[in-house]
Amino acid sequence: MTTNSTALPLPASFALDRRIQRPLVILLALAAPLVALSMGKSWVRVLDFALLYVLLAIGLNLVVGFAGLLDLGYIAFYAVGAYTWAFLASPHFGIHLPFWIVLPLGAAFAALAGIALGFPTLRLRGDYLAIVTLGFGEIIRIFMNNLNQPINITNGPQGIDSIDPLTIAGLDLSKDLDLFGFQIPSLTLYYYAFLACVVAAIILVRRLQISRIGRAWAAIRDDELAAKAIGIDTRMMKLLAFGLGATFGGVSGGLFAAFQGFVSPESFSLMESIVVLTMIVLGGMGNLAGVIVGAIMLTALPELLRHFAVPMQMALFGKTLLDPEVLRMLLLSLAMIVMMLVRPAGLLPARTRYAHRDRRNA
Amino acid sequence: METFLQQTLNGLVSGSIYALVALGYTMVYGILGLINFAHGELVMIGALVALQTVTALSGAFPGLHPVILLIAGVAVAVPVCMAVGYLIERIGYRRLRNAPRLAPLITAIGVSFLLQTLAMIIWGREFHVFPQLVSTTPMQPMDGVVVSPLQIFTIVVAFALMGGLMLLVNKSRLGRAMRATAENHRVAGLMGINANGVIAATFIIGSGLAALAGVLFASNYAIAHYAMGFTPGLKAFTAAVLGGIGNLPGAMVGGLVLGLVESFGAGYIEHLTFGFLNSSYQDIFAFMILGAVLIFRPSGLLGERVADRA
Repeated sequence: MTTNSTALPLPASFALDRRIQRPLVILLALAAPLVALSMGKSWVRVLDFALLYVLLAIGLNLVVGFAGLLDLGYIAFYAVGAYTWAFLASPHFGIHLPFWIVLPLGAAFAALAGIALGFPTLRLRGDYLAIVTLGFGEIIRIFMNNLNQPINITNGPQGIDSIDPLTIAGLDLSKDLDLFGFQIPSLTLYYYAFLACVVAAIILVRRLQISRIGRAWAAIRDDELAAKAIGIDTRMMKLLAFGLGATFGGVSGGLFAAFQGFVSPESFSLMESIVVLTMIVLGGMGNLAGVIVGAIMLTALPELLRHFAVPMQMALFGKTLLDPEVLRMLLLSLAMIVMMLVRPAGLLPARTRYAHRDRRNA
Repeated sequence: METFLQQTLNGLVSGSIYALVALGYTMVYGILGLINFAHGELVMIGALVALQTVTALSGAFPGLHPVILLIAGVAVAVPVCMAVGYLIERIGYRRLRNAPRLAPLITAIGVSFLLQTLAMIIWGREFHVFPQLVSTTPMQPMDGVVVSPLQIFTIVVAFALMGGLMLLVNKSRLGRAMRATAENHRVAGLMGINANGVIAATFIIGSGLAALAGVLFASNYAIAHYAMGFTPGLKAFTAAVLGGIGNLPGAMVGGLVLGLVESFGAGYIEHLTFGFLNSSYQDIFAFMILGAVLIFRPSGLLGERVADRA
């Protein structure tokens, strides 16, 4: 086991020399949209969404993987961020604020929602938290669906459209950029903007993980009673994890609204929370690299299914027995069960010296 | 006054169904300390299997008496659900009994979605009409209050089942073994109790109750659907927490109270909020109650155990 805890922990088979590994990942991240573009614009779109999901997964991992709190309503914070953007930067209310006001506001609202939700529940056992967060996600969705009367706030199930795109220093990311004769498509521009956010998030979270706070979270996750006994303010730390996780959700939601130009309650169903949870379970709870791999895999999954599973079924049975959406749900739920039974630490298990997850008995 | 009586009646009907489902949650929690997320899906499977049986039978033998159809539907749905419940425990949870406590929770969510997806593959995405096997012709015992035989039937069946379960748990040998296992698996094992068998039996009994609740639920709403188990499951869990999770009478009381609160809430919410919120917010009450109970009395109405016993 490597003892360098600041490293992205990878299993031995993946542990290329770090001097090769890091530039390789960076190169891959930078070149990905160019490769995807050659395969068609829809793949760049998939990449953009993959980065949004990576951001979500990093945030949820903070809560579930680091602090060991199961949050089943995480998508509600995504919704809060998205609707904040939709309210403050669209013709719906006629307000058009710039992103550097809207995005932090969305993050702040999401964090507030997280703290408000965590406050009553965090002193209880983890399973209650799971249910309460699940209920909270549903409540947010019910409100989004029904707050179009008597006063129209959310525009109900139709959602809000023509949302302002992300505009950084006068550069409108929703339009193709003409740079010295080169056409850079809008999707690619968004990719790099999202990539910047993801990189910032990764740096932040990695610093956090090895900080006093991160160690306190790990202690709480592994044995709450012992953590309390050595003087950790467990409730405060849990609230912090919850609020910070929600912040990531809020930022990601705001970016989503700007990118999509349209939000509706449909995008924030319980299924989405489950998808994000599966990403971190599959990739490896508590391990950033694993979580990122999980998020990218599961975002690409529906596209891959559409491209491969459908033709395969046509060839085998002469018709599509399972449409890609059903197949995706089937694979997701199986992944969750099988991973927990066979490889509970995920594809790329966390290997920092703070993670001793196998000792604890229920 | 008429509205009051009417809402009380409606509340009792949905409340007794919640109570049946809540019993399943609370029994499993009492013994394993695990929230069986997939329990709500058993309600759905019970309803859909019964529907399938009834449709097949009435297609093969037209003119069969509805009561026979109902009995046949239940007779198939209950064993099917019991088998599914047993398999969930055997495959999904047994191996994780000593795992970190996040693991069985995540498996439970996976099982829940797996069952939903399988149901979607088998029965499709559409809403199925559930036949009216017990008459729904309204009767009017007094002015402004409407009761259907189905509603009376629902309440009677639910209470009979709860009574039966109480007898089983408090008087029978199996019930004593269940209580002992809930107290402490290991010591129960030392007393010669087959703890795995008792746990499996708990899942089987809870699943059977869920199947019956599913048939009652589908009969009352005249509809069956692959995702119909989610909301009653969640509400039943709330009911179990409200009553004090792990406590059988608590689950029953919690279910009835939740049904009543919901029914009154939906009936009066427009007056209370001056028309700002309407009855489409009905589902929020369950969560508000859940939140309030967790803040003010985490051990529930009848619970003695402290919620935090990790």
